[in-house]
Amino acid sequence: MDILTILIIIPTLTVLALIFAKGQKSYRTISAVGMGIQTVYSIYLLTRYLTERAEAGGETMLFRRTVEWFKPWNINYEIGVDGISVAMIILTAIITLTGVFVSWRVKELPKEFFVSLIVLSTGVFGFFISLDLFTMFLFYELAVIPMYLLIGIWGSGPREYAAMKLTLMLMGASALLLVGILGLYFHSPMVEGHHTFSMMAIAQAPMEHMDQLFFFPFVFVGFAVLGAMFPFHTWSPDGHASAPTAVSMLHAGVLMKMGGYGVFRVALLLMPTAAHEIGWIFMILAGGGILYGAFGALRQTDLKYINAYSSVSHLALVLFALLLMDVVSWSGSVLQMISHGLITALFFALIGMVYERTHTRDVTKMGGLLKIIPFIGMMYVMVGMASLGLPGMSGFAAELAIFVGAFQHSGTLERVLTIMAVLSIVVTAVYILRVVGKMLMGPVTNEAFKQMDKARWYEKTAAIILLACIIGIGVAPGGLYKLINESVTPLIELIQKGAL
Amino acid sequence: MNWSYTIWIPLLPFLSFVINGVLYNRLPKKLSGVIGTSALGVAALLSYLTAGRYFFGTTSAEGYQPILAWQSTWMHITDKLAIDMGVYLDPISIMMLVVVTTISFLVHLYSVGYMSEEEGRNRYFAWLGLFSFSMLGLVLAPNLVQTYMFWELVGVSSFLLIGYYYDKPSAVRAALKAFIVTRFADVFFLIGILLYSYYSGSFKFEDLNNIAAIQAANSSIPVFMGLSALTWGLMLIFVGGAGKSAMFPLHIWLPDAMEGPTPVSALIHAATMVVAGVYLVARLFPAFHGSDDGFALHVVAVVGTFSSLFAAIIAMTQMDIKRVLAFSTMSQIGYMMMGLGVSGYGEEGLGYTASMFHLFTHAAFKALLFLGAGAIIHAVHSNSLKDMGGLRKYMPMTNITFLIACLAISGVPPFAGFFSKDMILEAAYEHNKLIYFTGYITAGLTAFYMFRIYFMAFWGRNRDYDHKPHDPVWSMKIPLIVLAAGSVVLGLLPFNEWVTSDLRPLHIHFDMMMAAASVGIGVIGIITAYLLYRKPSDAPDKISHSLGFVYKTVKNKFYMDELYLGIMREVILKRIAAPVAWFDRHIVDGTMNLIGNTTVGLSKGIKRIQSGDFQVYAFGILIAVIFFVVLFNYFIPTI
Repeated sequence: MDILTILIIIPTLTVLALIFAKGQKSYRTISAVGMGIQTVYSIYLLTRYLTERAEAGGETMLFRRTVEWFKPWNINYEIGVDGISVAMIILTAIITLTGVFVSWRVKELPKEFFVSLIVLSTGVFGFFISLDLFTMFLFYELAVIPMYLLIGIWGSGPREYAAMKLTLMLMGASALLLVGILGLYFHSPMVEGHHTFSMMAIAQAPMEHMDQLFFFPFVFVGFAVLGAMFPFHTWSPDGHASAPTAVSMLHAGVLMKMGGYGVFRVALLLMPTAAHEIGWIFMILAGGGILYGAFGALRQTDLKYINAYSSVSHLALVLFALLLMDVVSWSGSVLQMISHGLITALFFALIGMVYERTHTRDVTKMGGLLKIIPFIGMMYVMVGMASLGLPGMSGFAAELAIFVGAFQHSGTLERVLTIMAVLSIVVTAVYILRVVGKMLMGPVTNEAFKQMDKARWYEKTAAIILLACIIGIGVAPGGLYKLINESVTPLIELIQKGAL
Repeated sequence: MNWSYTIWIPLLPFLSFVINGVLYNRLPKKLSGVIGTSALGVAALLSYLTAGRYFFGTTSAEGYQPILAWQSTWMHITDKLAIDMGVYLDPISIMMLVVVTTISFLVHLYSVGYMSEEEGRNRYFAWLGLFSFSMLGLVLAPNLVQTYMFWELVGVSSFLLIGYYYDKPSAVRAALKAFIVTRFADVFFLIGILLYSYYSGSFKFEDLNNIAAIQAANSSIPVFMGLSALTWGLMLIFVGGAGKSAMFPLHIWLPDAMEGPTPVSALIHAATMVVAGVYLVARLFPAFHGSDDGFALHVVAVVGTFSSLFAAIIAMTQMDIKRVLAFSTMSQIGYMMMGLGVSGYGEEGLGYTASMFHLFTHAAFKALLFLGAGAIIHAVHSNSLKDMGGLRKYMPMTNITFLIACLAISGVPPFAGFFSKDMILEAAYEHNKLIYFTGYITAGLTAFYMFRIYFMAFWGRNRDYDHKPHDPVWSMKIPLIVLAAGSVVLGLLPFNEWVTSDLRPLHIHFDMMMAAASVGIGVIGIITAYLLYRKPSDAPDKISHSLGFVYKTVKNKFYMDELYLGIMREVILKRIAAPVAWFDRHIVDGTMNLIGNTTVGLSKGIKRIQSGDFQVYAFGILIAVIFFVVLFNYFIPTI
């Protein structure tokens, strides 16, 4: 069995076990064990990757394997990873695991809930190891469909509207994406008499200039919708607000990262000329989106809306950095994806915990919670600090790398957008502290709140795992940065060779 | 010589933070203070050891040399722009080590008594440890990114400590205000770092300060509005410094920060964190001095001088003892900025040495003032000067130490403040007469408002207190005595031998006339305060009444708070955030919903056509046939 396929097999086996299992408690235990194994395995994958990397030399992708799947169209199950995918895989495993912990007390249809959740994560794992566009697309769809069910069945508020909106917008994006992928396919080099979906092959021989210009927007927008780029972000606040906690965590933590990852792997790497030429249009959208999302968050009073807009802002920074097309910005961008994944997952987890106790997400109706639920409150303060880029937390390292990278571009557009991006961190501080001040500090506004339960062990476990990762990366980002940087450098070199 | 032990100076407070923070509820209440105090005690001893070894052990004809005592990789963004965490020892960082560990130790000790009744003492000592760690990390930074990182961390610890009484709405507001205002300034600091390091190609201080090398490496540094990008970078960095050091117009958070416990005000908002801006300018002094003939330095001087006068004027009218001290702090930091701003380099670096000297002595007497004020507040349970009076009889020890501090800050010889303040004025006189004159006036105002609170609290009207006020417990007395002793003798230290702009000893001469003049204005201030406040009288009220509008404006701090609040509410929330939110819900999301609704609407319309009614279908086919016949026969005849 090859090392990467096991990443698909573990969750599949977990799903099978869930289907045959009986009893309320066994579902969550099976899910937690399965995802625990997955997390440990993905960390093992990292160690294997590091040892092999040292020996591999110039090869960009490791553990490559190709299994023929549909010969007539040359569709293959082609897999392989570099440092970036390994980091994303670990992120996914951790967030799924903590998501299971947070859902420990799901009451409605627990079996179906955990099955959907883990099927979703399977799609994500598959997405991150794929090197074949078709396979990648398939896994992507595998992740999106359970999302609809999860929001529609286990969600809250106007959940059907939100689920429908989210799914339709993502499906619309998929349609664009499919056009782009087919475009890439029909302009790809011939392999054994057929076109190919293999990203490795396409990257070696990119399309003609005009074709790139035509197909780039399809692929970029297709993925950017998933990454909630302005003006295609409105599914995100509504979707998050209605989604159950674990789904919000996975969605903002991982699924939205698939957008950034897809932009990077497919749009930018396979169509670099177009990215250089018309990337600026999207750069304006992304750069503007950073401040736009931040100001959007400033006026919201629903905790999930605040965090959804905050995610719009932070992911816009990711896309902006990706479009700058240099080693430092790209490394920073990937770092930011990981950092934001952890931070936002913890945010949503905590919001879920607060909501479970107060039965409201309206900040103005809360007050003084720090005194009643000190653990959750303190965690919220810390993750808030991480989100506003406090040094010692992962967000700062990522943002610093992006800003340093962005400052190496002395063009006026880049300078202006970079400075706007830096200015956004004040706005971030304002909306985060507003929540901290209103919700956690001050006198207790509602007598009923005084009877709240303290955090339970599974809630603490989830929060501590995520916070430990955030602080770990923040205190010593050097190793992770190096892992990403070493994978990014050859890619940039490849692009520059192509450009010359 | 081996210096690697110095890493323990910041790590010990960090350990105190971790132990108090993680064990939070499980730790016996008494133990948290003991852990914090002893950690800082050891750190202080290590700092003295380091100072002794450095200042007496490493002198050479070349002057002092900076030492990189410890280093660890943090993140290598590129090979050139590598960021390492480290411990950088040079005269100013060692001076700050001594200041921070000493004051922090004394404040820890004082807090053991002051906070003994508080519920959340473990939290309090945890935050104090975090603050001390961050502040030490800041002063020891060998590069600008480390400075920035710890700069933010001290901001957070300050936020947490101001908001220590987090169920009190005014404390929460003050904490948020402090964080957001300084954060706003820090963004410019960050942009400044990015801009400056883009040209210098490094974050390390020795590279940043080497202006000649930077200019040689970049053939064309862009010029914007007559100033080079380097100068702009430095001025942006100074905005960050001005935010943290509460310089006009970014000072509005400091008076409100007095909502925190008083020992915190003494440590953070008087002696250490608020002078970080001064330290930052001093750290980059060669760059400030070298870029565009020191234009940025001139900005520093003007901002410092103005802030100093501005704060002194407001301080005369405040009735809250801690707020008077807060404005006094702002004014004295303005002095330090002024000293740096008027300074030259090398042999002309009198202002630099004077500024650092003043930072050093100020830490002692201002911390003493705050701790004394804390003892008073503890005794009378109020911050307001109206609730005080005649305290000298009840609190003799506090009276004497407070008086010493007041004499020191007023520049009366032989107390510490006299030497440092006189040196700053001398440097200002050489540089610019207007700056000197403003500083001179400020010195008089300072003496007046300090003795105003002294007389109001300790003399003035005798009152009947519900609980008889008394001197504090020993753990609070010891810091008062130590700091009072410091305020007396520290002025005699040969600072010009140790802390200079080019690390070589500086020759200074003592100008008798200047000294006499500045003592003179101080004495005038003291006498005025004596006449007005020594005995209860209605003269002060009459004077303020006769000033009417002017007095009201000053008392309301020139309405700066209202201005900021107005900008925040009216402009940012109402004119920017609200329209963005509206646009997002109605235009962007509206468009998306419109697309969805149109699709649904269309499908409904189409659905009606597909009714299953055969006659309608037949009619449709007939129409279509006619249409195509007409089309092909008359309009497209070629086919």
